[in-house]
Amino acid sequence: MMGHLSLSHFLVVGGLLFCFGLMTVLTRRNAVAMLMGIELILNGANVNLVAFNHYVAGGLSGQIFALFVIVLAAAEAAVGLAIILAIYQMIRNIDTANITSLRQ
Amino acid sequence: MEHAVQQLAPLAVTPVGFLWLIPLFPLLGAAINSTCGWWLQRKYGKAVNHCIAIGAMVLSFALGCVAFAQMLGLPGEERFLQNTLWTVLTAGPIHVDLAFALDPLGMMMVLVVTGIGTLIHIFSVGYMADEPAYWRFFAYLNLFIFSMLLLVMGDNFVIMFFGWEGVGLCSYLLIAFWYTDPAKAAAGMKAFVVNRFGDFGFLLGLFLLFWGLGGVWHELPTGKLSYQPNVPGQQLRIISGEPATNSTEAEHREATIEIGPTLNFRQLRDQVVVEATGVAQRLLHQKLFGFGLLAMVGILLFVGAMGKSAQLPLSVWLPDAMAGPTPVSALIHAATMVTAGVYMVARLSFIFALSPTAMGWVALIGTLTALFGASIGFFQYDIKKVLAYSTVSQLGFMFIGVGVGAYWAGAYHLLTHAFFKAALFLGSGSVILACHHEQDMRKMGGLGKLMPTTQKTYLWACIAIAGFPIASGFYSKDEILWKAFSQQHLSLLGMPAAWLGPLIYCAGIIAATGTAFYMFRSYYMTFTGEYRGGHEDGHGHDHGHGATPKESPLSITGVLVVLASGAVLASLLGLPASWTNRPPILEHFLEPSLPATVHFTEHPHWMEWLFQLFGVSAAAVGWLFARALYRNGTSQVPAQLLARWKRAWTVVYNKYYLDEIYGATVVRGSLVLARILSWIDSRLVDGVVNLAGAVTRLVANVDGAIDKYIVDGAVNLIADCTIGAGRSLRRVQTGRIQTYLYGALAGALVIVLLNFLIK
Repeated sequence: MMGHLSLSHFLVVGGLLFCFGLMTVLTRRNAVAMLMGIELILNGANVNLVAFNHYVAGGLSGQIFALFVIVLAAAEAAVGLAIILAIYQMIRNIDTANITSLRQ
Repeated sequence: MEHAVQQLAPLAVTPVGFLWLIPLFPLLGAAINSTCGWWLQRKYGKAVNHCIAIGAMVLSFALGCVAFAQMLGLPGEERFLQNTLWTVLTAGPIHVDLAFALDPLGMMMVLVVTGIGTLIHIFSVGYMADEPAYWRFFAYLNLFIFSMLLLVMGDNFVIMFFGWEGVGLCSYLLIAFWYTDPAKAAAGMKAFVVNRFGDFGFLLGLFLLFWGLGGVWHELPTGKLSYQPNVPGQQLRIISGEPATNSTEAEHREATIEIGPTLNFRQLRDQVVVEATGVAQRLLHQKLFGFGLLAMVGILLFVGAMGKSAQLPLSVWLPDAMAGPTPVSALIHAATMVTAGVYMVARLSFIFALSPTAMGWVALIGTLTALFGASIGFFQYDIKKVLAYSTVSQLGFMFIGVGVGAYWAGAYHLLTHAFFKAALFLGSGSVILACHHEQDMRKMGGLGKLMPTTQKTYLWACIAIAGFPIASGFYSKDEILWKAFSQQHLSLLGMPAAWLGPLIYCAGIIAATGTAFYMFRSYYMTFTGEYRGGHEDGHGHDHGHGATPKESPLSITGVLVVLASGAVLASLLGLPASWTNRPPILEHFLEPSLPATVHFTEHPHWMEWLFQLFGVSAAAVGWLFARALYRNGTSQVPAQLLARWKRAWTVVYNKYYLDEIYGATVVRGSLVLARILSWIDSRLVDGVVNLAGAVTRLVANVDGAIDKYIVDGAVNLIADCTIGAGRSLRRVQTGRIQTYLYGALAGALVIVLLNFLIK
C-alpha cells in the first residue's frame, strides 16, 4: 500500500493547498487572513517543487528552491504584518474593504 | 511804344544780400504780437503792441528805400536785384528756390506796400485805440504785409502764390476781425471763398503755362497725338550788344538762357522775350482742345486776378469786405491786396502781350467793372460802400490799362490809386470815428467846420480821383484812356477788334464822369451843410459823447496829410510825354520790367491834348452835378429824382441784384449739387456698401455654422467619448486588492483556457 504513493497524490495535495489559499485570499476581508492565504499558496507551490524534484528531476535543486520560497514567505509575512500594523495604527481597522487608498 | 525797336536781352542779375530782411521784419512783428501780444498788452499796455508792429514796418520800409537807392545806381537793364536763400524743392523740371527778386515794378510795389502800410499802421493806433484785441489786429496787419511782400518780391510762382494765398487768408482774418458779429464773419468767408475760386483759375493757368513750356503735342497723320518734349535744361547762349560796332564797350554781356518749363519769373521772361529762343513762336502756335494755349493761359490767370482784384463777376466780395475795420479797408481792400491782380498781369505782361484775345478780355472785363462799380457808387449811403464801389471801379480802370497794353499806365494808376484811395478810406475812417461809428452819410453833414484837416485831405483825394490835372489821378487815368483809344492790339474771340479801343474809351469817360460825381457827392454829403447826426442817440449814449464830432488825433490827421500830399505829388511821376517831350518818369523807370511789345497808333499831340480836355470836362461835369445836387444838403432835386426813378434806383442800389443772382445760381446750384451728391452717397454708394456688407454677413453666417456644428462637433464628440470611457473605466479601479486579484485570476484562467482551445 505504501508503494502506491505517486506523483499525482502530491500534485493533488499541492493543487488543493493552492486553491484553498487562493479562495482565502479572494474571499477573506481580514488582511491577516489574506496573509495566511498567501502562505497556503506558497506552500502549495512548495509541495509541487519538492514532488517534481523527487519524482522527475532528482538531485537537490527542488528542495533548495522550496527552502528559498520558505525564506521569502517569512520575509513577506514580516513585511506584510508590518504594513498591516501601520494601517491598523492609522485607521484602527484592517478590513481590506476600507483600505482603498491604492485607488488614488 | 518804342520798346520793340531795341533788341531785348536777357536780364542781368544783381545779387543783393539783404532782400530777405524786408519781408522778415513784418513776419517777426506778427510772430511776436501773435504769440505773446496778449501778455504784452496786459502787462505793458497797448503801446508795446503798436511799437512792435510799426517798428517792423519802418525797418522794412527803410530797407526798401535802401534797395531802391541801390537800384537807382544801376543802369536800366541791370536793375534786377536778387537774393536766393535756399532751395525749397527740386522735382524733375520743377526747381523752387526760396528767393526774392526786385525789378522796378516790384520795387514800386514794395515801396507802396511798406510805405502806405506804415502810414496805415500809424493811423490804426488812433483808430483802434478802444479795441480790446489790439494785439491781434496788429499781428494780422503785419502778417498781411509779410504775405503781400512775398507776393510782390517772390522770385518764382511758388513764393508768389504763397503770398497770394497768404493775403487772402489775412484778408479773411481782418474782414472777420469782429467775428462775434455773424454778418462780419460771413463777409469774411464770402471773401475767402470767392478768392479761392479765382485762385483756382490762377493755378490752372499756371499749370497750363508750365505744361506749354514743357513740350508740344503733334497730331500725326494717323490721327494719333504724339508728345514731343522740350529737352529740359536745354541752354542757349545769347550774346547781347554788338561788340563790333561799339568797341569802347569791350565787355558785352553774355548770358545763357535755360529753355524749358520753369516757375522762375526771370527764366520765363528771358525765354519768352528773347526771340532767338523761339519759345514765343512755339507758344503762339500751340493749341489745346482747339483753343490757343496762350489765350487760355491768359484768361485763366486773369480769372485769378478777377478774384483777387474784385472784377466782374467775382466783385461781390469787396463791398462786403467793408465789414472789417476801416484801416483794413484802406490797406487791403484799396491800396495793396486788391491791386495784386493788376500787379500779376503787369508782371506777366510778356505772356499777355502775346495773346491779343486774352488782353481783349482783360480790357473788356475791366471796362464793364469800371462802369458797374461807378454806377452803383452813385446811390450808396454808406460812406465806406461808396468807396468800396469806387475801388471796384478804379480797379476796372487799372485792368483797362494792363488790358490794352499800357502796362506802365495800369501800374501808375495802381500807385496813384493807392495814395488817394488810402487817403479817402482813412478820411472816412476819421469821419466814422468822429461820428461814433456811424457810416450813413445821411446822418453826417457839416463836418467840414468841425474837422478841417480831414475835410481838406478828403477834398484833395477827391480831386485826385475825379481827375483834375492838379492831382495825380488825372495823369494815370488819362494815360490809360488815351492808350485804350489808340490801341491796335486787342482782339476778341480770335477776331481783331480795333473798334474795341474807342468803345472802351467812351465807357471809360462815362465811368470817369460817374467817379467824379459819386466822390464829390460823398464829399458834399459828409462835409457841407449842417450836421444831421447826434439827435436821436441822446438816450442811447448817456455818457455824453453823442454830441458834436471833433477832429481826430494827430496820428490820424498826420497820416491823412501825408497821403493827400502823396496823391498830389505822385502826378510828377507821370507827366505825359505830349507835355514834356520826354517819357514820363515812371514809364522810364518801369521799362525794364515791362518788356512786352504792344503797338499803338501814333496820333498827333493836339489830339492827345483834346482827349485830355475831354477827361477834364468829364470830371468837371461830374463835379458840377454833384455840387448842384448835394452841396449843403439843401437841394430837393435828389429826392425828386429818386421818387421819379424809384425802380431803376432800387435795382442799382441793390447792386443790380448781383448777390441775389449769385444766391439763385451759384449758391443754390451748389446746394442742389450737394443734395444730389448726398442722395447718391446715401442711396447708391451706401447701397453698394450695404450690399457688400450683407453678402459678407451671409458668408460669415454659413462659415460660422460650419465651424460650430461640424468642426466643433467633431472635437466635442472626441472629448465626450474620452470622458465617457474614463467615467466607465473609473469603476474598475476600486482600490481593493481582491478586485485586482479577481482580475488577475480571470486573466490567468483565460490564458489557460486559450491554451487549451488553441491546442
